[in-house]
Amino acid sequence: MSHTFDALSQIVDPCDLLTEPEDLIPYGFDGTAALKHKATCVVTPRNVEQVQAVVRWARDEGVPIVSRGSGTGLSGGSVPVDSGIVLCLVHLDQILEVDPANLTILCEAGVITREIDEAAAPLGLFYPPDPGSMKISTIGGNVANNSGGLRGLKYGVTRDYVMGMEVILPDGEIAWLGSKCVKDVAGYSLKDLFVGSEGTLGLITKVLLKLVPRPRARQTLLASFDSMEAAARTVSEIIKRQIIPCTLEFLDRKTCQCVEDFAQVGLPTEAAAVVLMETDGVPSVVEDEADAMEAIASENGAISVERAEDDAHAARLATARRTAFSALARIRPTTILEDVTVPRSRLVEIVSFVEEVAKKYDLEMATFGHFGDGNVHPTILTDETDQAEMERVEHALSDIFDKTIELGGTITGEHGVGLAKKPFLPRQFDTASYRLLSLVKKSIDPEGLLNPGKIFDREEPASA
Amino acid sequence: MSSNRPLRYLSDLDYSVVQQCMHCGMCLPSCPTYLETGKERNSPRGRIALMRAIADGDLEVTKEFGEEMYYCLGCLACTTACPAGVDYPELFENARAEVEHQDVMFHPDRRFWRWLTLHQLFQDQTKLRIVGRLLWIYQISGLAKLVRKSGLLRLAPANLRELEPSTPKIARRFSDQLIESRESPEGSAPRYRVGLLTGCVQDLVFSGVNRDTADVLIENGCEVITPRSQGCCGSLHAHNGDLELAANRARAMLDQFDVSSLDAIITNAAGCGSHLKHYGNLLKDDEAYAEKAREWDRKARDISEWLVEIGFRAPEPGPTETSGTSSATYHEACHLCHGQKISQQPREILAAIPGLELAEMRDATHCCGSAGVYNITQPEQASKLQKEKVAHICATGASIVATANPGCHLQIENGLPEESEVSVCHPVSLLAAAYRAERG
Repeated sequence: MSHTFDALSQIVDPCDLLTEPEDLIPYGFDGTAALKHKATCVVTPRNVEQVQAVVRWARDEGVPIVSRGSGTGLSGGSVPVDSGIVLCLVHLDQILEVDPANLTILCEAGVITREIDEAAAPLGLFYPPDPGSMKISTIGGNVANNSGGLRGLKYGVTRDYVMGMEVILPDGEIAWLGSKCVKDVAGYSLKDLFVGSEGTLGLITKVLLKLVPRPRARQTLLASFDSMEAAARTVSEIIKRQIIPCTLEFLDRKTCQCVEDFAQVGLPTEAAAVVLMETDGVPSVVEDEADAMEAIASENGAISVERAEDDAHAARLATARRTAFSALARIRPTTILEDVTVPRSRLVEIVSFVEEVAKKYDLEMATFGHFGDGNVHPTILTDETDQAEMERVEHALSDIFDKTIELGGTITGEHGVGLAKKPFLPRQFDTASYRLLSLVKKSIDPEGLLNPGKIFDREEPASA
Repeated sequence: MSSNRPLRYLSDLDYSVVQQCMHCGMCLPSCPTYLETGKERNSPRGRIALMRAIADGDLEVTKEFGEEMYYCLGCLACTTACPAGVDYPELFENARAEVEHQDVMFHPDRRFWRWLTLHQLFQDQTKLRIVGRLLWIYQISGLAKLVRKSGLLRLAPANLRELEPSTPKIARRFSDQLIESRESPEGSAPRYRVGLLTGCVQDLVFSGVNRDTADVLIENGCEVITPRSQGCCGSLHAHNGDLELAANRARAMLDQFDVSSLDAIITNAAGCGSHLKHYGNLLKDDEAYAEKAREWDRKARDISEWLVEIGFRAPEPGPTETSGTSSATYHEACHLCHGQKISQQPREILAAIPGLELAEMRDATHCCGSAGVYNITQPEQASKLQKEKVAHICATGASIVATANPGCHLQIENGLPEESEVSVCHPVSLLAAAYRAERG
C-alpha cells in the first residue's frame, strides 16, 4: 500500500492524498442507504493534468478507480471498491466560460449544480435541471448519472443540456466530445454514451451545457385530494388539455407530514395526495395556465387549491419538496428510496401496487415523485439492523421492479443502476440489449478499471 | 473525577440517534469547515460517520478523531439544513465527551487550561469575578498599556501574547451591582413573573446588557427575579466535552431559581439559551432533579422570543428624537438561529425601534468564528470566518450591528477595522434605549 501512496503523492499535493482511517471512513458511502465500503485511499486532484496522471498511473498498475463528486448519489455508484482508489473531483470547481451568444456554459466537473444556474441568471439565462441535491451535487456527477429533477416534464433531464464534454479515457488519453453546435451529426454521438455512464467508461472533467432563456414569470399551485386517483385524473386532464407545466409533483400523506415537520411551509398534512404544480414562461400565458390548472383541479375533486403567495413562497414550496427523501428519514432509522418510472398513463397503477406491497410485506412506506414524468419514489422506512424486516424489504423491492417492468416502465428513472439496481437490470433488458450494454463497457474499458462492479458485476480481467 | 460516569459515551448513546443520519449530504453546503477544505471528514455527515464507526467498534477514539471533533465549530448550521432531523448537538457533545474521557488530546498545557477554566473559574462565579476585577484593574490602571509598551508580553507564551489584545474589556460594575434581586414594574401589578439569567461572561463584560434586559422586561409588565452570583449555565462544559461538570452547573442553576413560581426563565445570551433549554435531557437520570429540569426547559426563553410571545410594546418616538434615521444590520448568532430556531423575533424587535432601519447583510446566519472558545482553540479558521463576517457587515453601510450573543459581540468587535464607526449592540439594548428615549 505504501507503494501506492508514494506514487500518488508524487502526482498530487500530499494534503490531497487521504490515507488515514479518519479520512477514509467518511468516503465509504454516498447518499444511498445501507451501502458502504471503506476506501483504500482518496485522491482529490486540483487540475486535469493531475487527474490524467492518476488515471495513467492506475492503468499502469492495474488499480481500479472509483470517481465521485459530492457523494450524493442514490444508487451506490460512488461507493468504493476493493483494492481501488477513490478519485474525488470536487476541487475542479471553476466555471470556465458563459457564452451568451451561443447560450452555453463551460464548467469543470466539480462545479456545484446550483452555481451553474446562478451564473446563468444575471444574463437572463436558465439551467433547468434541478435534482433534489442541487445545492451540493456536482455537475460531473449529474452528467455521469443523467440526473433528473422537478422540472423534467417541460425541460427534460441533464442529458438534454449536455452539448459537449472533456473525458479522460481509461488509458489516460483526453478526449473532447461534442461541440457548441446546435446541429452536430459527425459520427456517433459519443457524448451521449458518457451521459449516465456512472463513471464506468471515463472520467468527465469538463462539461459544456446548453442554457435557455430564463422564464419571466412563474405561478405555483398546491392542490390537495382525498384520493391518489383524483390527483392522477387532474394530472392527466392537465396534459390532455395540452398544458405542459414545468412541475407536477405529488406527495402522499406521510411524505407531506414529514416535509411539513421539517420545513413548515404550510403543506396540507391530512390529504391523501398533494400535487405541487408550477407553470413558468411568458407572464400572460403563465396566468392563463395557472387559472386553467386551478379549474381542472377543482373539477376533478380537489379538496383545496392554493396559490403560492409570492415567488419566495413558491421557492420555499419547491425547496421543501426537494427535501422529501431526507425528511422521510425522520420516521425510521433506515430510509430506502427507489425511483421506478412508468409511462405516465400507468402511474396510478404503480402507486396502488406500492400500497399493496407495503401491506403484503408489513412495511412502512411512503410515496412521492414526479407525476408528470411517471417517475415514482416509493420509499421504505425500515431499520437495516433488523434482518427479518430487511428480507421483507428485498421481496417488496423485487415485486415493485417486476410490476414496473410489466407496466412498460424502467427500474430507475433518474438515480442510476450503481450497486443498488444492478441485480435487477437483466430483468429489464432482453438478452441482446444486455449483451450490447456490456459490449460497450468492454470496448471502452477492457481492463475493467473504471468503477468496476457498478452496473455490471465485476469481472476478473482476462489474463493475457 | 467521579466514578459513575459512563464508560463509553458514543457506544452507550441510543443507536437510533447515530442512525438518524442517512448521509444524503444536504448538510454539506451549510458547514463552514467543509466549505473551507472540501474534505468529507470536515463535514457533519463525515463526522457522524466517524462517530458511528466508533459506536460500531470499527474505529478507536484517536487523537485525529479528537482533533476533528474540535475542528467542528459546533455552530449547528447543519441542524437547520438537515431534513432528517439528526440530533447533532447530542452527538457532538457526546463525541467531545468521549474524546476527553479517553484523554486522546492529552497535553500538560491543555490540561492546565481546562482545569483552570472548566473546573475552577466557570464553576464558581465568585472566583471568576475576582479574576475579572483584577483584569479590570489591569485594563483601566494603564498597566495594560505599560505592559504592551514594555515588551513584557514577549515573555508570555505565544498563544497568550496573541490573545492579550482581544481580551474583553471588563465592566466597571457586575450584574448584581446593577440589578436588585427583585424588581417590579412601577404602579400596576405585574403581568408575569420571570427569572433573569445573568450568565458568566455576560456578567463580567456585558452587565449593561443584563440591566437593559431587566429594564425591557419591567417595561413590559414583568416582575424580574435575579438570583445573586449565578455563574455559568454549563454550556461551556457541555460544548467542551465535560458533561459531568455541565450537569453540576445545571443542578446549581436549578437550585438558584424557584422554577415553579416563575412564568419564564430569561436569557439574553444565545449560546446559553441553546444549552439550558436541554437541562431535562442532561439530568434525565437524576431523580432529584429530572422533573424540575423538565419544567425549566419548558419555561426557558431567549429574551427576544419572550418579548414577541407576550406582545412587547413598540416604543414611541421620543420628544428629543433627532430627525433622520440610523441603519442597523443583524448578525444571527448560531445558537439563536440554528440552536433555538429564533430568527424573526430579534428582527421584530429591531423593526419596532423608531428611527432604526434594518439593512440585511449577506449570509447573516453564517458563523462569525467565535463559537465558544473556538477563536482561541482554532484561531486560523476562526479568523477566516471573522473576516468574511466583518466584510458582509461593512458592505451594508449600517452604523450598528445587532447581535444577541456575547461571543459574537466580542468576535465582531475585535474584527472590525480600527477606523470603523460601526458599533456592536444587543437588540435588547437598542430597545431599552428606545424606551428611555420616549421619556426624553
